[in-house]
Amino acid sequence: MVGTGPDWAGGRTALAATTADAVTGAAIRLTGVSRVWGATRALDDISLHVPPASFTVLLGPSGCGKTTCLRIVAGLETATGGRIEIGDRDVTALPPAARGVAMVFQSYALFPHLSVAENITFGLKARRVPRPERTKRLARAAEVLGIEALLNRRPAQLSGGQQQRVALGRAIVAEAPVCLMDEPLSNLDAQLRADMRREILGLQRRLGITMLYVTHDQTEAMGMADQIVLLRDGRIEQDAPPATMYAEPATTFAASFIGTPPMNLFPLVRRAEGMVLAGTDGPVLAAAIADAAVGGIRPEHLRLAPHGIEASVAHAEYLGADTILGCRTGSATLLARLPGHVVLAPGTPVHLATDAAVQVFDAATGRRCLTRPHRMQQETFA
Amino acid sequence: MAPSAAGLSDLAERPVPAGEASRSRPGVFDRETLQAWLLILPGLMLVVAFTHWPAVRTLLDSLYATPRGSRPAPFVGLANYQGLLDDPVFWQALRNNAIYAAATIPASVVLALVMALAVNQALPGRAMLRMAYFLPTMLPLIAVANIWLFFYTPDYGLFDQIVGLFGAGRHNWLGDAATALPAMIIVAVWKEAGFFMIFSLAALQTMPTDLREAAALEGASRIHFFRRVTLPLLMPTTLFVLVNAVINAFRVIDHVVVMTRGGPDNATTLLMYYIYETGFRFWDTSTAAALTMILLALLGATAWLQFGVFGRRIHYR
Repeated sequence: MVGTGPDWAGGRTALAATTADAVTGAAIRLTGVSRVWGATRALDDISLHVPPASFTVLLGPSGCGKTTCLRIVAGLETATGGRIEIGDRDVTALPPAARGVAMVFQSYALFPHLSVAENITFGLKARRVPRPERTKRLARAAEVLGIEALLNRRPAQLSGGQQQRVALGRAIVAEAPVCLMDEPLSNLDAQLRADMRREILGLQRRLGITMLYVTHDQTEAMGMADQIVLLRDGRIEQDAPPATMYAEPATTFAASFIGTPPMNLFPLVRRAEGMVLAGTDGPVLAAAIADAAVGGIRPEHLRLAPHGIEASVAHAEYLGADTILGCRTGSATLLARLPGHVVLAPGTPVHLATDAAVQVFDAATGRRCLTRPHRMQQETFA
Repeated sequence: MAPSAAGLSDLAERPVPAGEASRSRPGVFDRETLQAWLLILPGLMLVVAFTHWPAVRTLLDSLYATPRGSRPAPFVGLANYQGLLDDPVFWQALRNNAIYAAATIPASVVLALVMALAVNQALPGRAMLRMAYFLPTMLPLIAVANIWLFFYTPDYGLFDQIVGLFGAGRHNWLGDAATALPAMIIVAVWKEAGFFMIFSLAALQTMPTDLREAAALEGASRIHFFRRVTLPLLMPTTLFVLVNAVINAFRVIDHVVVMTRGGPDNATTLLMYYIYETGFRFWDTSTAAALTMILLALLGATAWLQFGVFGRRIHYR
């Protein structure tokens, strides 16, 4: 299957004339939604707005409530409290079928005894869509997904990527304004996952549907989302576009969850001139705002310099395009992403400098502090 | 078998361990073959001694007359079978058995499915309910038949007391040729359904729950889902259950022995009971052998029909 995906550009005209006109995304709005099982609060007062035709990713570690949230939107789970609206319609009490949503399951949930064609048109038959219309929609979906040759096969005769396409096909023939996806790529190998990621995104853009997509993979979220909703312990940690979430994480959790490797987080202490990394005498990394705080620098924002934070090399990991250098300094180990192949023996003394503003988080709450940007003093060379 | 060109190329492509390359083809006295036969010998001996040899012996016996005293049994060909064709009791037993099978099999299989669907849901006391349904299977049929014997007793039996409430008079359920066979059928359905329920329930529990959820999202009603998904996915189990039900329907004997002894007037004589009666009460062993062969042929044909006709249309995972 690898590399045999449909040519999106080529199919554009046919689809634009038919499907894109038929389907228009609907907004999803959750207001104060909670889900409680006994003493466990799987979801705690979640409020979020998914704009129509947008691609929104629910991101978080396992057990954070992202799948529960998706299932509540689908109607497969009932909320203990709160209100769910899809396209300005209150659907809180409606059964799944009446909500106008399609869903792709992690396991694909294909019916093993039905052919690919029967699987895709299952819902259309259940909803008594007339046969000519069924045939038309099936042909269109099969063409979009490049599975025309597989229509008579059984799911067991398909590869993982092909099964994934069939599941997608079943979701798009419904022509529902909202499509929900629960970790749809987690069963695929890395190469196929990257291909399907592009295809799903292309499909969403083409059809103009609203996509709510659950994943624990931050790369997927960064690459696909218009908006990322980061969940932790049933609460929303941050709700922002990927670029904002990356550049200005709202909390230390968000900072440590996004990016490979994630943002360096280290303790800051107050000195007369400003905040410095605990256990070092400088340089000043942020304006003094508290006795203690947590600082954050992205690994790619660190570079080796003649002056700066004194450190010694702990380990170096060569990745091809760049090298991840672990440097011990004061009470922290900082990771620096350096371009090319950097060969430094462990124990080598180095200086680290940054041109970007250091993020400052409250030491107690982990929340980001609104400070005026402080740039590390540029060393001047004689 | 002469090694053909294709055979040679097959051999050439297969990696052959050193030292075996010179050997032309596997023979009966091949070391590995011998070892294989030795390994299956204990099992084979049991199967031959208790299944295959008795079957062959029965087939032979059915072609000879019953030996009497010092006279050895003469070969009579198909005379035993001819005799059965003229035997009204044989036809009666066959008819009884057909009615018995036609009533118990669908009733117990459908009931099993309904019970399995019922106890597959989340409800309080589910484990107790499942056990209650399975209980008839665990009890020995001889004991159970005695309980049912009491239920069917005229005047003070359970059934007579219940119909008595509605003003009906006494009824000898097992003593009346019209009601004796239906009474036996009810016992059999009660006994079988719980056993078959276990299989249907096990199949239902292996069905992934997300299929139901996917169908719910697609707007499929419960009936649509049951017809289009649950039932087809249960078909392999149902076929297995059906084959067992057919075998059981022709194999029952215990409750006939306890409750009616084939009476009244052969109204409840089933094929198996007739074999037992012919063979071990009248000691007409050759006729019993012929009867057994007919029973075997009947069961074989049904099983072949079920696997051959339905089996092809069933989706096996």
